[in-house]
Amino acid sequence: MEIFLQQLVNGLTIGSIYALVALGYTMVYGVLKLINFAHGDLVALSAYIGLVILMQLAGVLSPALLILITFISTMVITAIGGIVLERAAYRPLRRAPRLSAVVSALGASMVIENGIMLIWGPMPKIYPASVVPNINFDLHGVYISLMQILVLVISLVLMVALYLFVNRTKLGTAMRACAIDQDAARLMGIDVDKVIVTTFVIGSALGAVGGLFIGMYYRGITFNMGWIYGLNAFVAAIIGGIGNIPGAMLGGMLLGIFNAFISGYISSSWSMALTYVLLIIIMIFRPTGILGERVAEKV
Amino acid sequence: MSSDKLLVVEDLFVSYGSIEAVKGISFSVNRGELVTILGANGAGKTTTMRTISGLIKAKSGSIRYKNIELTSMPAHKIVALGISQAPEGRRVFGTLTVEENLFLGAYTKEKLNKKVLSWIYELFPRLKERKNQLAGTLSGGEQQMLAIGRALMSEPELLLLDEPSLGLAPVLVKTIFDTIKQIKEEGTTILLVEQNAKAALKLADRGYVLEVGKIVMEGTSKELISSPKIQEAYLGKKKAG
Repeated sequence: MEIFLQQLVNGLTIGSIYALVALGYTMVYGVLKLINFAHGDLVALSAYIGLVILMQLAGVLSPALLILITFISTMVITAIGGIVLERAAYRPLRRAPRLSAVVSALGASMVIENGIMLIWGPMPKIYPASVVPNINFDLHGVYISLMQILVLVISLVLMVALYLFVNRTKLGTAMRACAIDQDAARLMGIDVDKVIVTTFVIGSALGAVGGLFIGMYYRGITFNMGWIYGLNAFVAAIIGGIGNIPGAMLGGMLLGIFNAFISGYISSSWSMALTYVLLIIIMIFRPTGILGERVAEKV
Repeated sequence: MSSDKLLVVEDLFVSYGSIEAVKGISFSVNRGELVTILGANGAGKTTTMRTISGLIKAKSGSIRYKNIELTSMPAHKIVALGISQAPEGRRVFGTLTVEENLFLGAYTKEKLNKKVLSWIYELFPRLKERKNQLAGTLSGGEQQMLAIGRALMSEPELLLLDEPSLGLAPVLVKTIFDTIKQIKEEGTTILLVEQNAKAALKLADRGYVLEVGKIVMEGTSKELISSPKIQEAYLGKKKAG
């Protein structure tokens, strides 16, 4: 029972990170019907940017302020990265065949990945220990660290905020409208380009939080980590139903818990292989993902 | 009347790649009028409407609304100027609720005008009953009502209606056309594209006939109804609502 609860806590933590990254894939897919393969690399980039900011400001600021400033500035810089990515790699191909955009996405992914390697080198970088003070809470044999609590709370707050934004605000409703029918959205007076940019900004900023969590929680970051974290988050988005925002959150959590249980009960070397077994099983029984069902639209 | 032109289209050409869909048409809509464009499938009616709304770029020619050139303007700005459209095939947002669809219609407005919303619910009581239902679950006729209501939410001076009767049962066609008449009487200028010539000419002040991208005839509704050519090609064998 203790292993179960411990792995559940660990799973929810990594699941939150997957969910944050998965949201970026699913939101862009929702609006553009495009898999933004460069998203994972943007997440990796954010981990490096966050590290630079942390090292510059460490010792100057109090721990709480340091974390706050690091998060906000990394989110802003990564969001700008998302805007540049959209402008350079996707907007010129908006009316091109789908395959061109996919190739462009893969190209952008390689540009960012190799850019990181050229700037920071091929060797892993290590986040400083205890950016977040290393405090563990013992709940009857189940340990939860302050870092884990921080990951869970911040992720939850961001996801609730995103949910409210998308469902309760005018711009959020416009975003859902663009995901359904862009021309009809234009006829409502919606500036579709602006909505697309907003989608990239939000997706990239959430991905940046994911990237920072990866750095602070696992500590080791590599130039090509966008590939592996991106792939996991992408799988999470598909499991939940690509294009569906609550689906990405659910898929991320499920995948995180699943991976933690595989690591706890079998072996962590099996987690990647079994992730795809899970994906295949879900795709067989629910090809649209868990929440990916859409109401039939009459024409 | 000619001094009060709201929309003037001049020598408009539109093409998809190398295929010309609209070949140099000119027409105008006066303030307060209901003008109809008639024509068969593929005549270029929908292309004309989409070009006015800015969804397609014109190859050449001009579209002026209150003397403002629209041909190089993005679609969302055209809505803000006062032109809105209920497009062919209704294009409601199926996974949003009826009310969310209506709110999106007022996207260009800073604040939602409650009076307009209650007016639309008066025009289409069915929409009020179903305001929390997903638009995709509505019947075809209800979706058409929603598409028109949504277009009215931006309080347009010029309302573009593209085939509002398409695919509807005759009884619903009558409801829709009665409502269009009511909208006109309350002061909105309307440009109506229809295949259902009889129903459209009954409502319209003037009409244009479009054939393979060119205007082949124009006149008041009376003139068009009594024209032998129209009677034969558009009124004779067609069933009307």
